[in-house]
Amino acid sequence: MTSTTEAPKPAFRLSQLIYDSRYRSITIQVVAMILFFAGFAWLIENTVSNLRALGKDFDFGFLWNRSGYDINQHLIPYTNNSTHARAALVGILNTLLVSFIGCLTATVIGVLAGVLRLSKNWLVSRLMAVYVEGFRNVPLLLWIVLIFAIMTEATPQPRDFREGGSAAMLLWHSVAISNRGVFIPAPIWGAGSGILVGIFVLSLVAAWYYRRYARKLLFDTGRLLPMVWPAILIAIVPTVLFYFILGRPVTLDYPTLGGFNFKGGLQIRNSLIALWVALSVYTGAFIAEIVRSGILAVSKGQSEAAFALGLRPNRTMSLVILPQAMRVIIPPLISQFLNLTKNSSLAIAVGYMDVRATLGGITINQTGRELEGMLLLGLFYLVLSLLISGVMNIYNNRIKLKER
Amino acid sequence: MAEAASHTTSYVRDKMLPQAEPPTLQKGAIKWMRDNLFSGWLNSILTIVSIYVIWAVVSDLFPWFANSIWRADSLTQCREIRNATVGADAPAACFAVIVDRWQQLLFGFYPREFYWRPILSLVVMLTALMPVLFPRLPRAALLWSVSAPFVIFFLLWGGSVWFPLAAALGFVIGAVAWRLVSAASGALLGVLAAIILPIIYWLYFAAPLADGLAGSVPLGLEAVPSKQFGGFMLSVVIGISGIVLSLPLGILLALGRQSPLFIINKLSVGFIEIIRGVPLIVWLFTASLLLNYFLPPGTNFDLMLRVIIMVTLFASAYIAEVVRGGLAALPKGQYEAADALGLDYWKSMRLIILPQALKIAIPGIVNTFIGLFKDTTLVVFIGLLDPIGLTNAIRASTDWNGIYWELFLFIALMFFVFCFSMGRYSLYLEKKLRREHR
Repeated sequence: MTSTTEAPKPAFRLSQLIYDSRYRSITIQVVAMILFFAGFAWLIENTVSNLRALGKDFDFGFLWNRSGYDINQHLIPYTNNSTHARAALVGILNTLLVSFIGCLTATVIGVLAGVLRLSKNWLVSRLMAVYVEGFRNVPLLLWIVLIFAIMTEATPQPRDFREGGSAAMLLWHSVAISNRGVFIPAPIWGAGSGILVGIFVLSLVAAWYYRRYARKLLFDTGRLLPMVWPAILIAIVPTVLFYFILGRPVTLDYPTLGGFNFKGGLQIRNSLIALWVALSVYTGAFIAEIVRSGILAVSKGQSEAAFALGLRPNRTMSLVILPQAMRVIIPPLISQFLNLTKNSSLAIAVGYMDVRATLGGITINQTGRELEGMLLLGLFYLVLSLLISGVMNIYNNRIKLKER
Repeated sequence: MAEAASHTTSYVRDKMLPQAEPPTLQKGAIKWMRDNLFSGWLNSILTIVSIYVIWAVVSDLFPWFANSIWRADSLTQCREIRNATVGADAPAACFAVIVDRWQQLLFGFYPREFYWRPILSLVVMLTALMPVLFPRLPRAALLWSVSAPFVIFFLLWGGSVWFPLAAALGFVIGAVAWRLVSAASGALLGVLAAIILPIIYWLYFAAPLADGLAGSVPLGLEAVPSKQFGGFMLSVVIGISGIVLSLPLGILLALGRQSPLFIINKLSVGFIEIIRGVPLIVWLFTASLLLNYFLPPGTNFDLMLRVIIMVTLFASAYIAEVVRGGLAALPKGQYEAADALGLDYWKSMRLIILPQALKIAIPGIVNTFIGLFKDTTLVVFIGLLDPIGLTNAIRASTDWNGIYWELFLFIALMFFVFCFSMGRYSLYLEKKLRREHR
């Protein structure tokens, strides 16, 4: 007769909580939890008693009060009678604006510099190495104040643009670079411009569909249609045609010199230019290194194999090297975009009115709500960072090597 | 066959010809230029554009340097000298401002008669770094590296010598407690003792001990408050403290993030993401505006210390991500091999995993350090006088009102030297530690 012997069940001893690896992890976690909550409660307790001692409360109602200060660059209507919340929104839009255009130009500069640094041309690769090392090893803040100083100190005053003055406007009298900022023509949206914009969007969609059709044709039948120039034509020609058919609905308002400053046109402030240029060239240097290492990471056998298949060099680059290099490039590129967005808070150095300057600066000073203001400010940056990295991670997962 | 050939062919060369020179277009500088600068139409255009860029920069900057003025008392005097020597509109750098104010750019408002103290601290720091950076030096020298922070603290801030000594004693107590207790009753209790005993000592015994000793044997240097610190000294002090403190914290956070323990993992992830999601400026403002809210009423401590703490926490989150990359890049077999050897968690981490993971992570770690060092310039916004803040202070004086480029150039050069040499050291380390493909 067979009998199964029950394993002896030893009684649970307290010392097992420390010495038995089955229970020790629970002990550690419970202790960590207790310590965390104790510390958190301690901070809250301190904050509450400090606020009480100062006679303040914790209240976000101040956001709906009149702000009472002006913001020199606002993308949405804003006056000093608007609320603090609207001021914060104006700041947020300014932050997003400089981050967005900064990311675009930084990518362009970075990709160019990264590719050129790998060029066989000795002079060009050395020049790019100097650019990359020079910008990477000097603080961004210094570049921002330096470019701001160039924009304000080394550019002509508006009065120099008068007849016989020392300065002249660029590009057929349409752009003026002065120490009050850069003045460019501003578009005036006349009647019918809505239709024009609609046509432009439609032709962009059409161009996209054309590319998709050409690609499908290539994969199905092997017939290769030209892709680049027809797409560009589809995107541009209808808009240009309708521009004249509709009787030129969009006109340009050129900046002209009046009194001591320029009138008309669109003024791009020096603060925005300095911040934008500094962020772009600084981040561009980092992106150049990322691009370079990404291209170097694709093994040489890949390009040799492509050549052996008879692909021409530019097709090898676009069909074989780049898709593989992108996998290496994208994740660090995302973090550079995030860095650029966060670094845009250095706007404080040149007085650009970003969210830190409105919500985290003047609003806090005027209302005395440091705690609430800084909390909202931190939350904004946190959400923005998580959003960017979330979107980019989705993209990253789509192009990731699918291992089966 | 060969013989038949020798009979039928009229002439066979039986001597090697001396090697001829390659054609002129295929040798020397011309060949090099054809290969490297003008190998195709695109390359030729690029070369010409680059030469133009270099020419534009040099032709702009060279006269500025060539006409530079090194001896003057103010910008107006500089301009007078320039007008007298090279003409009114000629570009001329006025490096006299550097000659006049270099001490301020380096030391801020540190008392002039005590400049030997930061200089000596720098020497102490460099000698203390040597055993860490170059492992060929004797290991006993590491004791000097460990004690150097206290020496540097004493030299820079001055005050009674007993205060840093009493603080250092806490670490000695911790080390002794760990030795004794872990030998007597196990590693866990040893760690607990090594953490708890020094904390008790610092909270209740260190201050009275230091005060008592200072009362009976008053030894020390004149105290310098930290608001007199400035310039590069400030950047280096904040940067190096941040670097030294953030590395261990970052490694712990990375281990926490890789940990299978749910709560530890989530706490680490939360900390890292929150710190990384918010710009350093916001954290610095938090340190200067809000820290008083979070601490018990009445506590108020040095702004510079707050900045160091914030910078450390900030950098440690970034280090944690870099180290996590190193940990993830390690083949799983290494973890399993460590387990198979029967090593416990800390031993396997210390002996097997971390040495390899850190090696992989070196470039990222050094990049983070370079970033941290550059970010020390941000302290200007909360009222500390870093080099860039000092340029504003120098411009605020009537003598040097309106001077920009010379100061910026000087600061950029200083930072470049620091950061570039850090980057080169990381390349050296990478090469030295490379085990494969030799």
